[in-house]
Amino acid sequence: MGTHILAVEDDERIRTAVRLALEDEGWSVDEAETGEAALEAFTRQPADVVLIDIMLPGIDGFEVCRSIRRSSDVPIVMVTARADTHDVVAGLEAGADDYLTKPFAPKELSARIRALLRRARSAEPGKTHLVFGDLEVIPEEGVVTKGGEPVHLTKTEFRLLVELASSAGRVFSREVLLERVWGYGYFGDGRLVDVHIRRLRTKIESDPADPRLVVTVRGLGYKLQA
Amino acid sequence: MEDPTPRAGILGLASRLGLRTRIIVLFGLGALLLSTLLSVITYSLVRSQTLTQRESATVERAFRNTRFLPTGQPGDDGYSPALLLNNIPTAARSGLLLYDGQAWGESADQFATADDLPVALVEAVDGGEASRMRLVIDGTPYLAVGVPVPERNFAYYEVTPLDDIGDTLRLLLFGLLGAGTVTTIVGVGFGYWAGARVLHPLREVSSAAEAISGGQLDTRLPDNFDTDLQPLVGSFNGMVDSLSYRIERDARFASEVSHELRSPLMTLSASSAVLQARREDMPERAQQALDLLVDDVARFSQLVDDLLEISRFDVGAQHLALDRVNVAELVMQTVDMCADNDVLIEVDAAVSDFDVRVDKRRIYRVLDNLIDNARKYGGGTEKVLVFSGGNETVCIAVEDGGDGVAEAERRQIFDRFSRGRAAGQRGAENGVGLGLALVTEHISLHGGRVWCEERPDGEDGARFVVELPVHTGGQVDEAEEFLDEGDLAVVGAGAGDA
Repeated sequence: MGTHILAVEDDERIRTAVRLALEDEGWSVDEAETGEAALEAFTRQPADVVLIDIMLPGIDGFEVCRSIRRSSDVPIVMVTARADTHDVVAGLEAGADDYLTKPFAPKELSARIRALLRRARSAEPGKTHLVFGDLEVIPEEGVVTKGGEPVHLTKTEFRLLVELASSAGRVFSREVLLERVWGYGYFGDGRLVDVHIRRLRTKIESDPADPRLVVTVRGLGYKLQA
Repeated sequence: MEDPTPRAGILGLASRLGLRTRIIVLFGLGALLLSTLLSVITYSLVRSQTLTQRESATVERAFRNTRFLPTGQPGDDGYSPALLLNNIPTAARSGLLLYDGQAWGESADQFATADDLPVALVEAVDGGEASRMRLVIDGTPYLAVGVPVPERNFAYYEVTPLDDIGDTLRLLLFGLLGAGTVTTIVGVGFGYWAGARVLHPLREVSSAAEAISGGQLDTRLPDNFDTDLQPLVGSFNGMVDSLSYRIERDARFASEVSHELRSPLMTLSASSAVLQARREDMPERAQQALDLLVDDVARFSQLVDDLLEISRFDVGAQHLALDRVNVAELVMQTVDMCADNDVLIEVDAAVSDFDVRVDKRRIYRVLDNLIDNARKYGGGTEKVLVFSGGNETVCIAVEDGGDGVAEAERRQIFDRFSRGRAAGQRGAENGVGLGLALVTEHISLHGGRVWCEERPDGEDGARFVVELPVHTGGQVDEAEEFLDEGDLAVVGAGAGDA
């Protein structure tokens, strides 16, 4: 079965054009006009990637994002009006993995989707068990436990943790993490890293306000404390 | 501003003086006039009063003194007019003279002799009439009083110097002059103060106007400004209201239009991509048409992007995502991203490890625009240089090998929709003319400058220089360097589960 994408967009013409472009990539596309319809469609048939326009009538894109996140770690790309607003941070906080601003080229969208799919499907091979205190990471199986209890991470969070864990103690700059986890170059948006690190901390740190595992190295980046 | 036909005379002069100077001059003149008037009145009143008193006192005394004349007659033994005078208890500083019909007698103090007496006075007294007259002997003023003594056929005179009154009056005059001067100075001072008071509200108006022209459109004059200036406050604030309304409306309009354009653009861009994927299946004419379509969708997209960006500057809705980055790496990465061909990058060793705090996306747009500009109008970028601008700044210069930019156009090309000489000349290669205006906005948002100049190596071509402040702060604040934590908290609260 091929890759299935759910596109949530209220403008029918954009929806159709985006569907045509994505179908050219060989993916099957389900369309939803409203947030309600999107949640219904997702429950009926979970997608591999969800594309959500933030500006939706009824329940907005943020809420759709949060609702999906409650039950799924599916990669979510949100579409915002502008890059330099709080919308981006709010969307990432709501659980989105990446974002695009309108108007984007279909090539850009498919590149983003491919990067997300790559992450979601292949965990970094390497050491089978990585242990940091009471935190245990098993990259091959995509499993993380804390004190024996499983921790639910999204695929992007997991990939980020595995990147940091594979060279524990090494400082990763935001640029490096952007490139390795998201496939962005030098001009990637550092906020992607910052928000994901925050989300990761709330899940794996005993006290997210005083992180002991994923620590910030001032002016340089982040590292996983060995 | 020079009046082309200066009005003549005082009015012309007055109109050229500042309001404050005019108020000061007016107050000074007023005080001077008032004090002069008061002085003149005081002086003349005191003078006439003192003289009158002295005169009547002298006349009275002269009458009284005639009664002290002894009864001796000319011809008696030991008689002389001067001896008669000895019996008179002379008041201090008073010369006495007596004419007994034959000879003059004079008291010893010699204030005056008979020759000094005015003829008119002597004649009047001879005619039996008591008279007084002022006279000046050797520069000293005197009062001469003559009293006839008819029963003995004498004429009695007293001559009193008036110089002490002169002294008193002179003293008074000095006093009045002093008081007048002080009054005038006080008047000028008061004028200065009043001028300041009058101009103070105007200064507030002017600083408000400056703030407004500097972009602070929410500046207004306070309602409790000054009761007398209420109409001014009303019309001023009304003017700013309608001005800022118009500016905001225009900015919003541009922003909304470009916003609205994005949905059809999105459809166009996605649809043309679908078509392009099938380009090879199309007849040649359709391929040509498709190529035109794809190119123009890209141009249109860029234009809308630029318009949106610039309208965001206009509504003041920019948000800097600052990163601390090495300037040399920033330039290399940017040039790598936006140049089609290999561009020579020269980084001065002195600045190779300099950091800048920038929004990378914006600097990318800046250099992309400059390189694009060089490609369109300067025959392509030849070199990108990074060097120290001194004074804690670092410069990034983009040099091309074109015809250069005429000196007169070097500022103008940074205006919106201005393409300088190139306007209308370069056909399909024409940009939309917002690129350099955006460059200016982005760079000034970073506290830097951008300008156009000649190439310093003397070759033909233009050189665009971007000057950015060097980031020197050794201790990097985490909240600044990474995503602001407060920012997240606020956003999180706003978008919390509802």
